[in-house]
Amino acid sequence: MFKYLPLLWANLGRKRLRTSLTLASIVVAFLLFGLMQTLRVALTGSPELAGLDRLITMHKTSFIQSLPLAYLNRVKGVDGVLVASSQDWFGGMYQEDRNQLATFAIEAPTFFEVYSEYQLPPEQKQAFLQDRSSAIVGKLVAERFQWKVGDTIPMRSNIWTRKDDGGNVWPLKIAGIYEASNGDNQSIYMHYEYLNESRAEIRDMIGWVVVKVSDPDRSAEIARNIDALFVNSSTETKTSTEKAFIQGFANQMGNIGKLLTMVAAAVFFTMLLVTANTMGQSIRERINEIGVMKTLGFSGRGVTSLVLAEAILVTAIGGLIGLGLAALVSKGLSAAVAQFFPVLGMPAATWGIGAVLIVVLGSLAAALPCAQAGRLKIVDALRKT
Amino acid sequence: MADEALVRLRGVAKDYKRGSETVHVLHALDLDIPKGDFLALMGPSGSGKSTLLNLIGGIDRPTAGSIEIAGQRTDSMSDGDLGRWRANHVGFVFQMYNLLPVLTAERNVELPLLLTKLSAAERKKRANAALKLVGLSERAHHKPRELSGGQEQRVGIARAIVSDPTLLLCDEPTGDLDRKSGDEILDLLQALNQQQGKTIIMVTHDPHAAARAKHVLHLNKGQLGHEAAA
Ligand SMILES: Nc1ncnc2c1ncn2[C@@H]1O[C@H](COP(=O)(O)OP(=O)(O)O)[C@@H](O)[C@H]1O
Ligand SMILES: [Mg+2]
Repeated sequence: MFKYLPLLWANLGRKRLRTSLTLASIVVAFLLFGLMQTLRVALTGSPELAGLDRLITMHKTSFIQSLPLAYLNRVKGVDGVLVASSQDWFGGMYQEDRNQLATFAIEAPTFFEVYSEYQLPPEQKQAFLQDRSSAIVGKLVAERFQWKVGDTIPMRSNIWTRKDDGGNVWPLKIAGIYEASNGDNQSIYMHYEYLNESRAEIRDMIGWVVVKVSDPDRSAEIARNIDALFVNSSTETKTSTEKAFIQGFANQMGNIGKLLTMVAAAVFFTMLLVTANTMGQSIRERINEIGVMKTLGFSGRGVTSLVLAEAILVTAIGGLIGLGLAALVSKGLSAAVAQFFPVLGMPAATWGIGAVLIVVLGSLAAALPCAQAGRLKIVDALRKT
Repeated sequence: MADEALVRLRGVAKDYKRGSETVHVLHALDLDIPKGDFLALMGPSGSGKSTLLNLIGGIDRPTAGSIEIAGQRTDSMSDGDLGRWRANHVGFVFQMYNLLPVLTAERNVELPLLLTKLSAAERKKRANAALKLVGLSERAHHKPRELSGGQEQRVGIARAIVSDPTLLLCDEPTGDLDRKSGDEILDLLQALNQQQGKTIIMVTHDPHAAARAKHVLHLNKGQLGHEAAA
């Protein structure tokens, strides 16, 4: 059917300005769609990447409130808990204030037992475990700032100040560069002891505890038992599966996601109206030509197919440009907002959904003009000049 | 004798509905046109010349009567069959040329061949041969608006003959042209009739044009009247 391409192409060039404007509206619609997909996945995280055998114990009221360090050992003692590891916020900034990097103070040895998906060469891991002023950094963040193993980076905290000099700079020696299969390749992990002994504000408080359980099927029961330990104390806890935890965070963001989806739907609807209107106008101008084509022997279905193909061609050109731009912007976005949440770029499925949208929207836009063109009686069409 | 006729109409009538009233355009027409004829169809405006031509060409259907062309009943064909039949047997030439404005002359002429199984190279070859026949090889890559009226009409004729149809139907082919360009078109039609043996039916209200035909028929109030060629 490639023999009809020159004809389709020529028809697109009929009114250049009109075609360009239509194309622009399609490009914008698909660009927005691609970006929303990126944002949606970024905001809702990737719960499927969460470990099913992990629980997170945090302050009952809020993720940002601290727990006593003593809780860590009590959690470790609960039946069914294999290992537990504490984490705390550092609030890292590097060089400029806008370079906010996810930096956490961890209980180093247990961290690797809880998170087996964080990989780094054994000698680097060894070096990290032996030097409490060292840190490991994600592969992506290392690439971004061209850090090498052995470099010392002056990380600033926007939460803590130093006991000794009242400043907020913690020099961290990079002991290793890790790669994590869960997509978190832009974080920095430092030793909790180092932070705890040097910060001025509080001592022996941690952010939350990550727990690895022996049997995922018992997760709910184990979580209840952990929270029961601290019930009626001044600091009660809430323990949930990592998956639920990520989803809980995502749900707050999910409302934004819903809003974004509605905006995308509205934009697509507008695009559909614009394209349908353009197609309709373009077909009305061509009634005589369609009559001629039918006279030459083109069937009703033939001219209908040509109109349909034309609409899908415009939608496809605009859609592919829009999705291509979205993929590029998403890539740029990943670097820019990496400190807030990991953006993994535009999800690959977007191309598939986009292709379906191209065909569906193109067909819808062409539906009315197609019906008109197919029904047109030759003698009536030819009388219109 | 009737068996030798290429076109055979029997009792053909055509009514059009205009709102609630019915307009009887053609009444019980009988007509035989032999193969190789060059027939001019004359008559006042609104007398039904175009209607008759459209019925013969199979782009409209009679209200009553039968139409047989080269032994085939076209009035009872399905829309799909009729379309294929037109593509194979009829070439149309219109008063307003009716070229697709977005296509070059060559692509316009190639258009009917898109319905065949011919290769791209073969289609191009035939389109160019047809353009050569009408003397427009040099203008193959021009768009219609870059051509004069006479040149546009020659492209229209090239498109009509490119698939080598049995019948060439021309509706006022010189109606929109000056005398000189019109004469060139008539020369071309005459040559196609005499040298290639094409059967041509030409609607015209210009006696000068009709004089080029072998026969002239007058249509008046839906009835035919014969007249010898001048
Ligand atoms: N498709 C149509 N619908 C309604 N009326 C038509 C149609 N085609 C032609 N007519 C009417 O039929 C009559 C004959 O038209 P036509 O065959 O075009 O005449 P001519 O070509 O001789 O000028 C006219 O009165 C015209 O208005
Ligand atoms: Mg007429």
